Amino acid sequence: MSPARTRPATALRVRRRLGAFVFLTPGLAYLVVLLLVPLALVLSYVFFQRGRFGGVVYEYTTENFSRLLDPLYLRVLGESLQIAALTTVIALALGYPTAYLIARLPRKWKTVALVAIVLPFWTNFIIRMYAWIILLNGPGLINSALKSLGLGPFELLYNQGAIVTGLVYSYLPLMVLPLYAAIEKLDPQLREASANLGASGFTTFRKVTLPLTVPGVLTGSLFVFVPSFGNFVIPEMLGGGKSVMVGNLIRTEFLKARDWPFGSALALALVAVLVVLLLAQAWAARRA
Amino acid sequence: MLKIDGITRTFGQVTALDGVSLEIGQGEFFALLGPSGCGKTTLLRIIAGFETPDSGTVTLDGDDLLALPPNRRPISLMFQSYALFPHMTVARNVAYGLEREKLPREEIRRRVGEVLETVGLSAHGDRRPAQLSGGQRQRVALARSIVKRPRLLLLDEPLSALDKKVRADMQLELKRLQNEVGITFVVVTHDQEEAMSLADRIAVFDSGSVRQVDEPVALYERPRSPFVAGFVGANNTFEGKVSAAGLDAGDLGELAGTPLDGLEEGAGALLCVRPEKIALREVPEEAAGPDAEPAAAPEELQEGAEGPAEGLEGAVLDVSFYGGVSHLSVDVPGHAKPVLVAVQGASAVRPGAKVRLTWDPRDAVVIPVPS
Ligand SMILES: Nc1ncnc2c1ncn2[C@@H]1O[C@H](COP(=O)(O)OP(=O)(O)O)[C@@H](O)[C@H]1O
Ligand SMILES: [Mg+2]
Repeated sequence: MSPARTRPATALRVRRRLGAFVFLTPGLAYLVVLLLVPLALVLSYVFFQRGRFGGVVYEYTTENFSRLLDPLYLRVLGESLQIAALTTVIALALGYPTAYLIARLPRKWKTVALVAIVLPFWTNFIIRMYAWIILLNGPGLINSALKSLGLGPFELLYNQGAIVTGLVYSYLPLMVLPLYAAIEKLDPQLREASANLGASGFTTFRKVTLPLTVPGVLTGSLFVFVPSFGNFVIPEMLGGGKSVMVGNLIRTEFLKARDWPFGSALALALVAVLVVLLLAQAWAARRA
Repeated sequence: MLKIDGITRTFGQVTALDGVSLEIGQGEFFALLGPSGCGKTTLLRIIAGFETPDSGTVTLDGDDLLALPPNRRPISLMFQSYALFPHMTVARNVAYGLEREKLPREEIRRRVGEVLETVGLSAHGDRRPAQLSGGQRQRVALARSIVKRPRLLLLDEPLSALDKKVRADMQLELKRLQNEVGITFVVVTHDQEEAMSLADRIAVFDSGSVRQVDEPVALYERPRSPFVAGFVGANNTFEGKVSAAGLDAGDLGELAGTPLDGLEEGAGALLCVRPEKIALREVPEEAAGPDAEPAAAPEELQEGAEGPAEGLEGAVLDVSFYGGVSHLSVDVPGHAKPVLVAVQGASAVRPGAKVRLTWDPRDAVVIPVPS
């Protein structure tokens, strides 16, 4: 190739890149200010000692990391993982059939159903959580209903079950939507071909529908797991502070214990877990 | 073997099938031919069980087919889009139907190997459908359909996604395969040449109804309705009334033809004659110029001038050479559409030449027009 031919091509490419850069600038600025800067701050705090009233004293230490290995904190991390995992599994179990049914509705009902799925997002989150408290608490609606059947009363509020209920309720739409997209995209003739070859409805689901919607399952699971894992509002409101998740712990360290360096260490541990999960999801999605 | 009786299916305002009745014999290669949207796919889907008719019955060897769920019908459907499972290899796709029958693994392996051999894809068993060409995918779909040895194989436009050359090869292959496996084939197509070359019998569909069921030659030579005459192959049609000689075409005079049985003289009718059945002769200009040769072929002229009003006279508009044949369009005064004539090889006739068109009365069929 002659240089005369490559040079204008290169110039064009550079100009295109610049053009793309201009369009990306608002997004990039957002990322830098709201993600990279805080992350850099957290990263820098973690190697120093705590100040007496918050902030940091710039003396190098690795103590914040060794404290993470304290069984107390490991248990919180483990419990958070467990709650997030349980939430994800339940959301998947509820979300898949829902998405499947919506995908098979007639076109105009699909829209109605999808709007109904995202409708709760239009109401204030805190109000919805208070609604759950009213439903679940001692003399609440559910217990009164059970009582009229001669059952209960049950301890429904301020335990792990209540947290999982609240998390599933909040993030179920994030499971349903990617699943719906994956199922909707599936050629209905594949199901028919499977039936034509002698497969029952269940076999068709197991051998054709499910394997082909694995990417949707992975995306939905991630969308539910990530906000559940780091959540601190729902555990606080529905968990009654008895059961602490890693999100609550981070908040406490920063705002109450005023131990910014250790709070940073916890935050980094949370980010690390999520990065590992993201990578695992990307790997699994590529193979699916 | 397969008996379809009075099947009707409507979608809202659209009547996809309107009282369709057909009987298809054991081992037959049967084609459903019709323009796009006439209900062919809907009929196949009813037979396969993915659509339910509003009324009518379908029986296979006397058993009510409509009572069975799709996965219990001894019928294979090859989808227009092939519907191969994208997440499975070719071999797994083909094995899918056999696995559902819970056959021993060894037998599945053997039969998959055999059928891949038959369709010439032995070397491609480990590939995914996405890694295959259109023609190869079509073979996989075919292999997947026949490996279960269904009693009936339905093929929905099996060759429409292929280019012309591959299509011709696959037509031969389908025919060979049908001879080999002895399964009854019902193939849907909108390509009349394909239907003619493949099928033992053809049912011509038009807007949800069967117009004619016949063997290819009969369908071509003796269409029973204007739709069939126009749809199956190129045709020249003339309107008029049935007469003793064939058709009284008004200003064009008497045209030679053979009326269908039961057609009464004087009834409104259409005369159809195929382009390749028309003989074409050049007529010298009446006022020949001084340098004009004294009649190139006197015998021919003699012949042409035999009957005073025999055939039609016109001027050549256009000549197209297609290799084996040439097509000439001839403008006949008093007839709106140019008359199409096909002659063997290259034609010496030039555009603008005056010609006389004649045909054997046995080659022209006179059919009723629905009033
Ligand atoms: N599921 C359906 N819903 C509504 N209309 C349909 C449906 N299936 C087919 N049709 C209509 O029925 C007619 C016949 O369709 P089809 O059987 O696919 O024709 P073909 O296969 O001969 O092209 C068309 O007008 C089509 O629009
Ligand atoms: Mg069709």
